[in-house]
Amino acid sequence: MKIIVSVKQVPARDSALRINATGKWLDESDLTYEMNEPDAYALEEALQLKEKLGGEVVVLCLGPQRAGQTIREALAKGADRAIHVQMDDDVVLDPLATARLLAKAIQPEAPEMILTGLQSDDLGYGQTGVVLAELLGFAHATIVMEVEPQGNSVRVKRELEDGWFQNVVLPLPVLLTIQSGIKKLRYATLMGIKKAKTKEVKTITAAQLGADGGSSSTVDRVYLPQRSKQLQLFTGDAKSAAKQLVEKLKFEVRVI
Amino acid sequence: MSILVILEQRGGKWTRMSFEVLTAGKNIAEATGLPLEAVVIGTGIEALASEASQYPVANVYSLDHALLGDYTPDGYTAALEQFIRAKQAKYVLFPHTYQVRDFAPKLATRFGKALVSDVAGVKAQDSSVEFVRQFFQGKLNADVAASGEPQFASIQAGAFRALEPTNAGAPVEAFSVNLDAAQIRSKPEQPFREAQRSVDLGAADLIVSVGRGIKEKDNLAVVEELAKALGAELAASRPICDNGWLPMERQVGSSGQTVAPKVYFAIGISGAIQHLVGMKGSKTVVAINKDENAPIFETADYGVVGDLFEVVPALVDEIKKAKA
Ligand SMILES: Cc1cc2nc3c(=O)[nH]c(=O)nc-3n(C[C@H](O)[C@H](O)[C@H](O)COP(=O)(O)OP(=O)(O)OC[C@H]3O[C@@H](n4cnc5c(N)ncnc54)[C@H](O)[C@@H]3O)c2cc1C
Ligand SMILES: Nc1ncnc2c1ncn2[C@@H]1O[C@H](COP(=O)(O)O)[C@@H](O)[C@H]1O
Repeated sequence: MKIIVSVKQVPARDSALRINATGKWLDESDLTYEMNEPDAYALEEALQLKEKLGGEVVVLCLGPQRAGQTIREALAKGADRAIHVQMDDDVVLDPLATARLLAKAIQPEAPEMILTGLQSDDLGYGQTGVVLAELLGFAHATIVMEVEPQGNSVRVKRELEDGWFQNVVLPLPVLLTIQSGIKKLRYATLMGIKKAKTKEVKTITAAQLGADGGSSSTVDRVYLPQRSKQLQLFTGDAKSAAKQLVEKLKFEVRVI
Repeated sequence: MSILVILEQRGGKWTRMSFEVLTAGKNIAEATGLPLEAVVIGTGIEALASEASQYPVANVYSLDHALLGDYTPDGYTAALEQFIRAKQAKYVLFPHTYQVRDFAPKLATRFGKALVSDVAGVKAQDSSVEFVRQFFQGKLNADVAASGEPQFASIQAGAFRALEPTNAGAPVEAFSVNLDAAQIRSKPEQPFREAQRSVDLGAADLIVSVGRGIKEKDNLAVVEELAKALGAELAASRPICDNGWLPMERQVGSSGQTVAPKVYFAIGISGAIQHLVGMKGSKTVVAINKDENAPIFETADYGVVGDLFEVVPALVDEIKKAKA
């Protein structure tokens, strides 16, 4: 089976966020980056499917040059090759614009399966996979926890709200958006890291793809959210903060 | 031109969030002067449509078809596409549920539009409308403008208070959709739950909940001590359960349990919306987090900005003293 996994590079979870001069995005200069967490699970699922069924795992990433590091990480874990669609820094695309570019890159590959993460940790649209499926004419399922290939179809376990699940059978070609926690993640081995250096990374620019990257939604401004008015914050060293908190729990909330 | 709110029902039962979306729609209606209309989709939905007509809306449309009984993205997308093209809506609003996540982006794509997803607020004034979204799991807010029409948006749980019915008796109109079984590619099976839960966190008075700030499984003892000192149940955010550090049944959030204790201690939890929906009914929320900008502080009543590995043991000491 030929599987494409879309992998996004996102600012590391613990990054301190500073808004840039335009007020529309972040100052990227002091950010560090990592692989979007659900995408790591999508990659893991793809690698395990390949181990079972044979075939090829191709990583697809749209991002600036720095994203090359995340691509190499995916290759080191076992992906066979990669496509890097390069774009400028500091650009916030809406999910339709992103999916249009990804779709253009995928078309010549004609995969049987595409795995994406269910959501990006930075923009959090939760949409790119579904839009991509629609653009390519693939059937899709979202928030997938298990993937069971059945010849020309696939049976997946979807997560629903409140601890419910549902199995769905879909025909190939199919796009699945993968939930975190679906499988245990592997680490890249030293051997894998070495091999990754020789694997093919095809680089195309967004402009070369010629996709209509136009957006139908735009970010007017970004800002830090406000704290709740009722919040009482205890500061000072741990001991004095703990003491103040226990006072409240004892005399106001009355649970001690 | 109107504002359409796509109400969600499953198996004849409303998803309550749908009525919160009516409030979002009402805000836009007041700013733009456009009529607010509700849409019910499914099969055998007469009773639901007439319930919907008791809300203060101009019209209720019912999209009733045998192939819409079991939700499928292909069926819902085709039906709503036909309807929206016929209606020429300006705004189409949904509750941001897992089902909506599954089809609304597809539907919007049919119109060459990007859905504005997981909207936490609406800024509507003099016919200009901006949607407030959250980036970085709630650490950053953004005002987003959509262009042209229709504009599609899905509204976050709890962002608006639910609209109340007013016995409005709005007219109900059936819209007939054309669907063919061959259009529907996915075959959904019956929803199910995994093995019975052995803990009911919903009944707990005190909950100590731990997040990724705990770093390693071996560190869990730190919060277990606190739970013991308080006589509280232990719960966790999703990544802790994903890692198998605590059983799934102790997960709080949209895909886990919904809890409403007297006090909820969120320790090393950032406060992503999918976590908040599971615990925002708590009477009192105490947050301990080393990041003063963590979104959990937006929901907390009491907070300590600090390292949990220092604060929690100190708290255990103080509790023991207070109890002695
Ligand atoms: C469809 C869907 C469903 C989901 N369902 C759920 C669900 O049911 N439940 C759920 O919880 N999540 C759910 N999630 C995941 C959710 O979006 C978040 O990713 C998750 O809640 C984050 O968990 P966390 O707060 O523990 O981790 P993080 O977001 O990584 O936060 C860790 C926090 O710990 C703090 N910290 C780190 N070190 C320390 C220290 N030494 N002392 C004090 N603080 C420290 C950090 O400042 C940070 O705020 C779902 C996501 C999706 C997309
Ligand atoms: N720039 C990108 N490059 C590769 N994959 C992406 C990109 N943006 C989004 N995706 C994929 O789409 C998923 C959902 O992202 P989003 O719709 O932004 O929440 C992610 O988990 C990725 O798998």
